Amino acid sequence: MMTVKTRILVALAAAALLVGAAVFYVARTSTPPAAAQLPRMASVAPPDDGVDRRSLQVLTNGVLGWASATDPHAPRGLSTVRCDRAYYAARTVACLRPVDALVGTKLSLLDIKDNEIKSVPLTGFPNRLKVSASGRMVSWTVFLDGHSYATTGFSTQTGILDTKTDAVVHSLEEFSATVEGKPHQAVDFNYWGVTFTADDNRFYATLGTGGKRYLVEGDLSARTVRTLTANVECPSLSPDGKRIAYKSAIDADPKKGWRLSVMDLSTLSSTPLGETRSVDDQAIWLDDATVAYALQRDDGVNDVWSISADGSGQPKLVVEGANSPSLTH
Amino acid sequence: MYLSTVSRPEVTEVPDRLKRRVSGNVIALGAVSLITDISSEMVTAVLPLYLVVGLGMSPLAYGAIDGLYTGATALLRLVGGYVADRTRRHKTVAGVGYGLAALAKLGLIAAGNSLAGIGAAITADRAGKGLRTGPRDALITLSTPEDQLGRAFGVHRSMDALGAFIGPLAAVGVLMWAGSQEFDAVFFISFLVAAFGVVVLVLFVRDHREKAKPKAVDIRAALGLVRHKGVGALLLAASLLGLVVVGDGFVYLLLQKRGDLSMGWFPLLAVGTSLVYLLLATPLGVLADKIGRAKVMLGGYSALALVYLALIGPIDGIALIVLVLVLYGFFYAATDGVLMALAGRVLPKELRATGMALVQTGQALAYLGSSVLFGLSWQLWGPTAACAAAGGAVAVTIVVTALIFARVNRSVQP
Repeated sequence: MMTVKTRILVALAAAALLVGAAVFYVARTSTPPAAAQLPRMASVAPPDDGVDRRSLQVLTNGVLGWASATDPHAPRGLSTVRCDRAYYAARTVACLRPVDALVGTKLSLLDIKDNEIKSVPLTGFPNRLKVSASGRMVSWTVFLDGHSYATTGFSTQTGILDTKTDAVVHSLEEFSATVEGKPHQAVDFNYWGVTFTADDNRFYATLGTGGKRYLVEGDLSARTVRTLTANVECPSLSPDGKRIAYKSAIDADPKKGWRLSVMDLSTLSSTPLGETRSVDDQAIWLDDATVAYALQRDDGVNDVWSISADGSGQPKLVVEGANSPSLTH
Repeated sequence: MYLSTVSRPEVTEVPDRLKRRVSGNVIALGAVSLITDISSEMVTAVLPLYLVVGLGMSPLAYGAIDGLYTGATALLRLVGGYVADRTRRHKTVAGVGYGLAALAKLGLIAAGNSLAGIGAAITADRAGKGLRTGPRDALITLSTPEDQLGRAFGVHRSMDALGAFIGPLAAVGVLMWAGSQEFDAVFFISFLVAAFGVVVLVLFVRDHREKAKPKAVDIRAALGLVRHKGVGALLLAASLLGLVVVGDGFVYLLLQKRGDLSMGWFPLLAVGTSLVYLLLATPLGVLADKIGRAKVMLGGYSALALVYLALIGPIDGIALIVLVLVLYGFFYAATDGVLMALAGRVLPKELRATGMALVQTGQALAYLGSSVLFGLSWQLWGPTAACAAAGGAVAVTIVVTALIFARVNRSVQP
């Protein structure tokens, strides 16, 4: 049996050995800190030379770039800007920066030379991001960490930035809500997936509460939202402003996945689209007859697909190995 | 009422008999727990971030992995307790548990991006925790005179909570040192810390074997445990305790919403509770030895009832946050170790580890059920009604538990 003194010495020796191992490991693996400055990027938007070629801004492995909207094999452009989610409209480039362990995400607005012109610090994990067609309104959704509603648990925060006035709505939960015709407010309110109308004031979004996911219509200046119908998530307004593309939980149960659908806003009648795989994305409109969306493969890589908005046809691969698409003309 | 009990001046004037130091073995076990908790809380603090940010997993998938934790350990706890009793090698079984949890940290690095690999590593980690808890708590009771069990568990839980308090800070420190994306460095250093915990266990913890040949321990004896005097009642009390705890996540979530706290401060709520817990565990353990364990536990329940009431009451802002964290930390300090001290008195020596594992399993399973029930009632009726229901459940539990404890006390009278 060792004496107490021997045992303490053995413990100290072990501690020294382990500290040595820690120092060795960190010295071996640690990488020099990334350059703090945003690297120069040729251009986020493709050349504006009047030629009618539709292209998409996409994220490839988390790097902002662009690709042809018509030819999956066309060469792609890549910047050095990293985003978890990005959106482009009318020269407004919006990017939700990746989170790391010490710094939260933030919304960055970039000019087309990739300089950050505005930013809003956010807490949570980037989820949705959309810029209104005029380029003025930017809306985002983040997942909040540390939140859990037991089994179907997640919690979101959705905000809006008016790039003209710099006014920020930090959370739509500040707005007065009318749920199924009655004023209602609850701690389990979650908003996500905003899409703005052409007047840059009215918008559509999803409100999750009481186990239901509602399509809401909101009024930014009046700070109100009201529910229109249920089981609609991540609406995306068509260019003509008459329909939304959205994801609809199969049997109203998100665990069974989502069916990409299109709803006529005047009648609230829905058409499931020809994509039968589960789509978890806020779709975009390539034109009044076609929507595009990202779909994750089993290995975690995303591809951008398109499909006809009238329920016919088969999905078509648009950009391989990319997500977060938005149309850049 | 319980607060005035705590602050009663006599508390510091404990009689000489109670001033005896806690056994060296309990301090050694506390040190092992402290070191191990630093290690495991380092990982716990960064794991959600690693899965969601590092590996791009959805929060839902993370929830599923999290669920594996609890499921994996329930049965292994019983196995660990039984094997420890059967072989009378509490230290060895606990050591295997600590070692397994240490190796699991290396498993996290080896798993890379594989979801199955990560699930396996996390399950191994929790399995290690399940294996060691019963034998460890049994060793504490076997190393401590019966009238000082409350103090011994208080000291042990204080040291344990200190580790839980340091762990997240250590993780942030490692990330600042190695680079903010170097999750592997956190896992590796967590492994080293856990390995050091095993070294301390091997060097300083003494196994405790009875000189006299104990009664033979076999499956039949273990199964007969529930019929042993007071054990059924104890199990019932532990399950009731589990049943009224709705889960830290819910409490902190409500607190964050009511207290108007920005999300960045969210992890600090857990740190605040740990702080109150570690400060109060020892004094409340001593108090339990003095005025009775049942009384202190019921005081803890009352604090929990007040937590639920405060969450729906008129106070809000920072006052609410401080109030709830103090009450919640008090609740943990007054119940967790004290229940084990109570169990130490009721359980037969030869089946101590099995019995402790049984009590903890009952509590864990009931807790799993209660968090699901609370989540459901939150969804159906809203948080206010859910909290009111939880508060009502605690009130019923206080009455029922008081009756149970009265019976337990009678049953263990010589």
